[in-house]
Amino acid sequence: MNNLPFILTQYWTVSELNRYLHDLFEDDLTLQDIWVQGEVSNLSQPSSGHLYFTLKDSSSALKCVMWRNTVMKQTFLPREGQAIEIHGSVGIYEAGGQYQLYSDLIRAVGEGALYQEFLRRKGLLEAEGLFNLERKRRIPKFVKQIGVITSPTGAAFRDIINTINRRFPLVEVILAPTVVQGEEAPSQIIDALLRLNQNISPDVIIIARGGGSIEDLWAFNDEGLARAIVSSASPVISGIGHETDFTIADFVSDIRAPTPTAAAEIATPNFADLLINLSDYRIRLERTTQTFLDKKQWQFNQYQHRLSLRSPLHRIQSNQQKVDETYRRIILVMEHYFDIQRARTNGLEQKIASLNPQSILKRGYAIITHLDNRLVSSVHHVQVGDELNVNVQDGEFSVRTLPSRSN
Amino acid sequence: MKNKLANDQKNKNQHEQLPFEIAYAQLEQIIMTLETEEKTLEETIELFERGESLLHHCIDLLNQAELRIKQLTGDGISDFEFNENK
Repeated sequence: MNNLPFILTQYWTVSELNRYLHDLFEDDLTLQDIWVQGEVSNLSQPSSGHLYFTLKDSSSALKCVMWRNTVMKQTFLPREGQAIEIHGSVGIYEAGGQYQLYSDLIRAVGEGALYQEFLRRKGLLEAEGLFNLERKRRIPKFVKQIGVITSPTGAAFRDIINTINRRFPLVEVILAPTVVQGEEAPSQIIDALLRLNQNISPDVIIIARGGGSIEDLWAFNDEGLARAIVSSASPVISGIGHETDFTIADFVSDIRAPTPTAAAEIATPNFADLLINLSDYRIRLERTTQTFLDKKQWQFNQYQHRLSLRSPLHRIQSNQQKVDETYRRIILVMEHYFDIQRARTNGLEQKIASLNPQSILKRGYAIITHLDNRLVSSVHHVQVGDELNVNVQDGEFSVRTLPSRSN
Repeated sequence: MKNKLANDQKNKNQHEQLPFEIAYAQLEQIIMTLETEEKTLEETIELFERGESLLHHCIDLLNQAELRIKQLTGDGISDFEFNENK
């Protein structure tokens, strides 16, 4: 017995234990995402802004806390004694050794029931095929008339008008005014939808409402309204509440816009985009036409050129050129001929010149004639005592014949 | 030349009657035609002139547009005015 091993007892510090429990709670998925129902008591909000209260039922209590920044986001804050539903995570406050619920959402009891009812209706209508994408209609690119179903005094309508005015003021807006919350709302909205379809049949209908709680938006979960939207001849855009709000009307409408402003944006093309498109169209219009004209001009030039090649004028010019050429050649030939003739003539001239009796006189010869110009070329031509003319190169003189010395 | 001017005037007047979406669609069609089809010179010039005219008509419509607001109640259609006191 004395040989039993000595077991060292392990002691935990309080911090270690609380840390252990803290981690244990944190690892439990159920505790990290939980809804709890109960009655509010010991409600306090000190200057820190954090909200502390206890949630009770008939036999038990739970400490709850909501931090200041979460408190500021709540649309609903509980009163002492009120039945509420809170969402959050359960954790350990190590410093106090307490577990408590860290709440991130509080709502009155009943809201949850509404949400359950919402889910039930949604399931039913979805099963009927009312949410099917294939039955949803397209919104025309350019609408002319936009029906708007909303409160005439609400911010939603102003947002819609401002948006349409900014984007595409070429349309006509037909408001079918209704209340948008309360018991009367569903039937009024259905009436407005029927009226618009019967009297106007606009290109598109916007059903809109500003943000609010699930009760405020409840009218848009009405089954009758859902069926009226489905059977509307004009396509329907819903713009109900904020981005995070979903209603049955959103699911059955042809397009669900997150807000009224977004609904107006979906219904209309953007002015600025249209102007950009138009200026692009202008460029394309001018460019294609210019290209066409350039092509035609080029073709025309080609044809003109080819035509001129076949023109009679061209042939005449060509013949003219031949004539000119021939003429030039004739001129050349003739000039050549004349040159030859001229050279020949010169030769004859010299010959004739050399045969001229005058040129003999230059060498000292004389021509002797009678006074009646009879040439004396023989002694038999003269008698003693004849008067004769003697021609020398630079003139003439007279002589008289004497008897011959040899006789 | 006189004839042409008269025609232009006629075209212009025709366009002035056209609602934006139709003018815009016709303009798109003309550009498509010019870009994809072989047309005669005359047809091309005519299409170009119509396109220009439609273009200006569209821009004019956009620039001159003023939003009209009406109200439809059980009593019928009436003009809607914002209650500025609100």
